[in-house]
Amino acid sequence: MTIRLVHSVVGLALTSAILAAIMYRLNSPLAAVFELSVCSGLISVIFITTVSFTQRISKERFIVRRRERLLRFLYLPFIIIIVGLLLVRYLKIPQFSLPCLAQVTDVRLVLWNMRHLDLLGQAVIIIAGVFGVVVFFKESNK
Amino acid sequence: MVVLFILVPFILLLILNLPFKFLNARIAFWLSAALLLTQALLILINSLFAWSNYPAVLGQFLIFKLWLDPLAFIMLFTIAIVVFVSLLVARSTITTERRSFNFINLLLVALTGMNATVLVADIFSLYVFVEVTAVAVFVLMAIEKNRFAIEGTFKYLVLSMFASVFILTSIAFFILACGEVSFAGIHNAFLANSNIILLNFAIGLFLCGLFIKCGVVPFHGWVPDAYSEAQSAVSVLLAGIVTKVTGIYVLMRLFSSVFVLKGSFHNLIMLIGVISIVFAALAAFRQDNIKRMLSYSSISQVGYIVLAIGCGTPLAILGAILHFFNHAIFKSLLFVNAAALEKKFGSTDVSIITGLGNQLPVTSATSLVGLLSTAGIPPLSGFWSKLIIIIALFNAQQFTYAWIALLASVLTLAYFLFMERNVFFIKTEAAPEGNDGVPFGIKFCEILLAAITIGVGLGFPFILNSQILQLRGLLY
Repeated sequence: MTIRLVHSVVGLALTSAILAAIMYRLNSPLAAVFELSVCSGLISVIFITTVSFTQRISKERFIVRRRERLLRFLYLPFIIIIVGLLLVRYLKIPQFSLPCLAQVTDVRLVLWNMRHLDLLGQAVIIIAGVFGVVVFFKESNK
Repeated sequence: MVVLFILVPFILLLILNLPFKFLNARIAFWLSAALLLTQALLILINSLFAWSNYPAVLGQFLIFKLWLDPLAFIMLFTIAIVVFVSLLVARSTITTERRSFNFINLLLVALTGMNATVLVADIFSLYVFVEVTAVAVFVLMAIEKNRFAIEGTFKYLVLSMFASVFILTSIAFFILACGEVSFAGIHNAFLANSNIILLNFAIGLFLCGLFIKCGVVPFHGWVPDAYSEAQSAVSVLLAGIVTKVTGIYVLMRLFSSVFVLKGSFHNLIMLIGVISIVFAALAAFRQDNIKRMLSYSSISQVGYIVLAIGCGTPLAILGAILHFFNHAIFKSLLFVNAAALEKKFGSTDVSIITGLGNQLPVTSATSLVGLLSTAGIPPLSGFWSKLIIIIALFNAQQFTYAWIALLASVLTLAYFLFMERNVFFIKTEAAPEGNDGVPFGIKFCEILLAAITIGVGLGFPFILNSQILQLRGLLY
């Protein structure tokens, strides 16, 4: 709903983080770690780099667009909540189970004992993203 | 100690960005050059066994599980050489100190990513480090910030995202079918023949992603723009090693040591390889820009490697590994030649620089070495690798593919000679005496790469006995 693209990216990262927490609660710590690292971390960096290519709009257009955008999407959360409630109330979801792939319950164990090399990789990706921002933003400003 | 190939570039990157004034582009250049030369030398002088042993104290902290074999050694050596060449070309072509410093930082990120891609032992870490390399290269490609470079980067970015989606989905299926992501676990699942439909579907998705990363036909749309519009040093890096490590090496590693394939997959890979060889060779004829022609030539040569991987016999895989190394060297040489022409004349359009190449004697001589090696003319390095691939295809009863591969070499020779005649052989002006205006760094790279191309060709029997036959260990 926000007009600022950076806010949208932050919102997406937060949503991914919440989704990761849900996955963790659903006993899928590996999926949760992947979601947290790839969607919250990597994808956000790429989006922010892309946003750096966009241009700022004028203040007047910003105010108009913000109002239009709010009106256009104001009903959306209510529809989602109502549809969600109806689905929960009336839809019969068949019971099925997938094999549980990882029995480790402590997320610290998953992160450090099972996926430590990925963590290093993701740290390097974030640094690469930072260099991207430096190259595109800082050099442009100079 | 092999983990140091990943950690040292990463630590150097962090050190270079500490807030001290003496850490400038000059220091960064020398430290990075020393690191790359050390990597190349350590691989040359050390045996595989020495690298496999961890000192007990260090082993407690460095708990990464890595995969080390002769193939990884060849890859690490190739990476060190090509990244070193790219570093030297950047020093000669990037004039701003700030931009040069950023370039070196991103080069170190790409180096960390590529070294790790070669050494990891599970499919998810492999994906992560392929992306590390890709993210660094996206930024490097757009570092010039001109319209065409941004356009090339955008195409690469978008297609790379599609590749990532395919690969990630494939990894999800592997987890579902095997319950883990390690190479050994996936290989055992193939041997156990369980969930075979799911595994084959996962392989199909993974192949789609890898074909985009390799830039083979019909997934090649991004390659000519990316290679030709990027800064010269980035073109060397991209064409010389990045697409090979993130695409070809992964294909080679997984399809020769991890996946157990059915015949239909072999046929599909060989078909894609041979289409790339022929289509890209024909497309190269129509190009009037040297870098674009080299890009299509690169797609065609990668086709040979893919064809050999698809053939799948130990001899074919050996040929693929050799052609990987040779192509990385002579394609880097040809892109360095293009960088010299661009530096001297400000363009790589054949129509603009027709007949001017003879003013650059070193570039002229070394480009001849590069093109003859690409076309597979004896006794240069490219001849031996193509010979092994073609013999392997004949041995595997793949006569059609073998003949096409053989005849396509003639096409390669034809389009290269056409370019060479226009740029270097036609004499429109007398060569000036004294310095030809090409920076020493570029000349050094040209001579180094040409010497490796000639040296590997002439010393092939020695290299075969001392190094290449070690590779038998990884071939089934």
